Amino acid sequence: MSAPRGTPPDIPQPEGFSFNPEVLEAAEAIIAKYPEGRQASAVMPLLDLAQRQHDGWLPQAAMTYVAEMLDMAPIRVYEVATFYTMYNLSPVGENHVQVCTNLPCWLRGSSRVVEACERALGIGMGETTEDGKFTLTEVECLGACVNAPMVQINDDYYEDLDASSTETILTELKSGGTPKTGSQIGRRSCEPIGGLTSLTGDKGASD
Amino acid sequence: MPTLTIDGEEIEAEAGLTVLQACEIAGKEIPRFCYHERLSVAGNCRMCLVEVSPGPPKPAASCALPVADGMEVKTDSDMVRKARQGVMEFLLINHPLDCPICDQGGECDLQDQAMAYGNDGSRFLENKRAVEDKDLGPLIKTIMTRCIHCTRCIRFATEVAGVPELGATGRGENMEVGTYVEKALSSELSGNMIDLCPVGALTSKPYAFTARSWELKKTESIDVLDAVGSNIRVDTRGPEVMRILPRNNDGVNEEWISDKTRFACDGLRRQRLDKPYLRKDGKLQPVDWPEVLSVVGQMLAGTSGDKIAAIAGDLADAEAMLTLKELMDSLASPNIDCRQDGTRIGEGPRAAYLFNSTIDGIEDADALLIVGSNPRLEAPVLNARIRKRYLMGGFPVGLIGENADLTYRAEHLGAGPDTLQALIDGSIQFADVMKDAERPMIIVGTGALARPDGPAILAQSRKLGEAVGAVSGDWNGFNVLQRAASRIAGLDIGFRPGDGGRRTNQIIAGAASGDVEVVYLLGADEIDTTALGNAFVIYQGHHGDAGAHRADAILPGAAYTEKEATYVNVEGRAQQTKRAIFPPGDAKEDWAIIRALSESAGKKLPYDSLEQVRTRLAEIHPVFADIGEVTPAEWEAFGIEGDIESAPLRNPVTDFYLTDVISRASETMAECTAAARGGNPEKTGTDG
Repeated sequence: MSAPRGTPPDIPQPEGFSFNPEVLEAAEAIIAKYPEGRQASAVMPLLDLAQRQHDGWLPQAAMTYVAEMLDMAPIRVYEVATFYTMYNLSPVGENHVQVCTNLPCWLRGSSRVVEACERALGIGMGETTEDGKFTLTEVECLGACVNAPMVQINDDYYEDLDASSTETILTELKSGGTPKTGSQIGRRSCEPIGGLTSLTGDKGASD
Repeated sequence: MPTLTIDGEEIEAEAGLTVLQACEIAGKEIPRFCYHERLSVAGNCRMCLVEVSPGPPKPAASCALPVADGMEVKTDSDMVRKARQGVMEFLLINHPLDCPICDQGGECDLQDQAMAYGNDGSRFLENKRAVEDKDLGPLIKTIMTRCIHCTRCIRFATEVAGVPELGATGRGENMEVGTYVEKALSSELSGNMIDLCPVGALTSKPYAFTARSWELKKTESIDVLDAVGSNIRVDTRGPEVMRILPRNNDGVNEEWISDKTRFACDGLRRQRLDKPYLRKDGKLQPVDWPEVLSVVGQMLAGTSGDKIAAIAGDLADAEAMLTLKELMDSLASPNIDCRQDGTRIGEGPRAAYLFNSTIDGIEDADALLIVGSNPRLEAPVLNARIRKRYLMGGFPVGLIGENADLTYRAEHLGAGPDTLQALIDGSIQFADVMKDAERPMIIVGTGALARPDGPAILAQSRKLGEAVGAVSGDWNGFNVLQRAASRIAGLDIGFRPGDGGRRTNQIIAGAASGDVEVVYLLGADEIDTTALGNAFVIYQGHHGDAGAHRADAILPGAAYTEKEATYVNVEGRAQQTKRAIFPPGDAKEDWAIIRALSESAGKKLPYDSLEQVRTRLAEIHPVFADIGEVTPAEWEAFGIEGDIESAPLRNPVTDFYLTDVISRASETMAECTAAARGGNPEKTGTDG
């Protein structure tokens, strides 16, 4: 287990942090959405920008950088960053595999998805592969229960998984490919598995 | 005004009050942890639940519920009791059962309320959570496992102290209160968090494991380590001051005290002068009272008045200064001065040296100019009041002198006194801000007045005040911020040079040149004592500091916790200390020493009791007859117009923690200084 989120992780921290020019532009656009004196409202999207720029995790320097940019006390930014689990406070692999194990996913077999991930990557929950390619974490509901079980890898959802489809995705990612996102059993969006069950007749026909 | 019923009793409460406040008005006690009347409402402990109808059929947090007409509140129904018991059970799930080794024991809100709402057993079989302790510096000891997340300390740091360094990081089970990144709190008011903490998570580090609250004798007194005159409670056990806590006084310190006030009390045990001394063969030798009194008495009687001088220090009380002044008068010496820092104030009307707006009055002001002062270091509690006003909004602050972080936004207008002229001319924009304000305020610090051109700066500040309408009707916005507890009383008594008399720097120069042969230092240590030449130096005081080091005769006096004495605070409010303990060894109350000395000098003063001295004080100045009250001072012209040098104003306090003999003798204050300078003194032993 890593340190609880309330305390800084015991890892080497980079000395400084600043936004790249194009990220800075995006940050300024976000800040401009809020009225004068209310820049602090932009803290969450800015932390997200910082995390994206910094290989998927937020060093302390990035939090103080954002604090300074928004004229906030650094502790106020620490509070936000440590509260939300989607801000990673320690380094993560290139592919951040986040497996949902909440009730609907679990009922639909998420424990087999977890096993498949651990087997395919050779690491346990909360660990990162030695080559730094994969980090495996257990997350709470990601809101795709209708296509359970599911995992999120970086920004993409992979749904309707079982052990073999999970392994296929991971193998493809390992070899640098881009696996198909969304449902892995061919259903469109979150339509019923066996095809539509209502609104199947002609538009104007009465029953 | 809304009318509501509380436990069947109908009361009227002002709109905007919360149900909890209304219950207090009705005399119903509502248990609480997170709610505090001087902090914002958090509503997160849920201990103050009450039953309210009309409304949803569930208990409501009374601290966050505004009163409404026709409300029916029950504070002691079955539902309320059951709800509070539930809250208490949850709070105790993770709270350790370590009351026997907890310093908060006996004065713990959680302990008290668990007596009323706690179960006799626990249904929780899992492990309690453990939280790592935080290092918040040399004053606050943390045992964070005890924390119940009321967030009072976080709100205090952010709102009152103005140092947003504490926060709640993590979430749920993993939530922790702390600074996240290890650092000592950079506040001069941090000790108040110890009082605010309803459990034993934040306790006093210097006081750790030294006493239990029920074995302490509590004496209500007055602080003298700055000029604010904070109301304090001195807790003693036997002959020792164990700790100092604040007392509520809305007019002065509300319920806060500075860290120096609170933690310098260990300095009362060190470096004490507990015996009279005489310098014999170049060395100070302990002697008895009759010997020292006869030597000093003969010395005074045998020297002509103009060759005797007296300087009163920053901690001297009114009674001692009065008796010393009368002794010097009877010796025909005009050379007395209570302004050891060299400020030339007190030569005009009383309004010229008081904080005329009063501390409470800061809240009525709508613009502020600070000249040559850093109130955060010179009077932290008063600074907290300025911050309180600032947080209400619409309070522009300008600063002339050294720029500093005052915990509120202040526009730095300039470093030198020439900025004053620019303000009078209206050539800088802040002049309009002051003019447009209805109740503008000017605070002139001793950093501006202790210079040779101080009287001219004072005159110019007065001119500015009159130009911007700082003095009009019942509003007097002209303020001098004194740093010394003794100063106002000294000036009220008239402890300043008589006709042809010498001021502090002239006394020192006279002693160096041999024109002054006897120098009487009444607790005056912040002068250059090495420059007193061959003069015979009499030091009366309680600490072996610079003055005693140079002295030829030492008369051991009493510290402020050891005597009944009168001090006048920065606003001109006379307040009295009470004796909490006896002075150590042979040390005596100061007025009594001078009275005894007057007899051996052949000029016996007509006082045989403290009451007689106080009666005389009241005759000299009415302020001494009106203890605890502020009498507004008449506005008249003051200051001496003249040339003003352009040199930048310097703040007199560079190290908040070491300003007087008591704080310099305090180990805790030395640690604070080291921590503030960035050093982290190595910890030893098992503590912390």
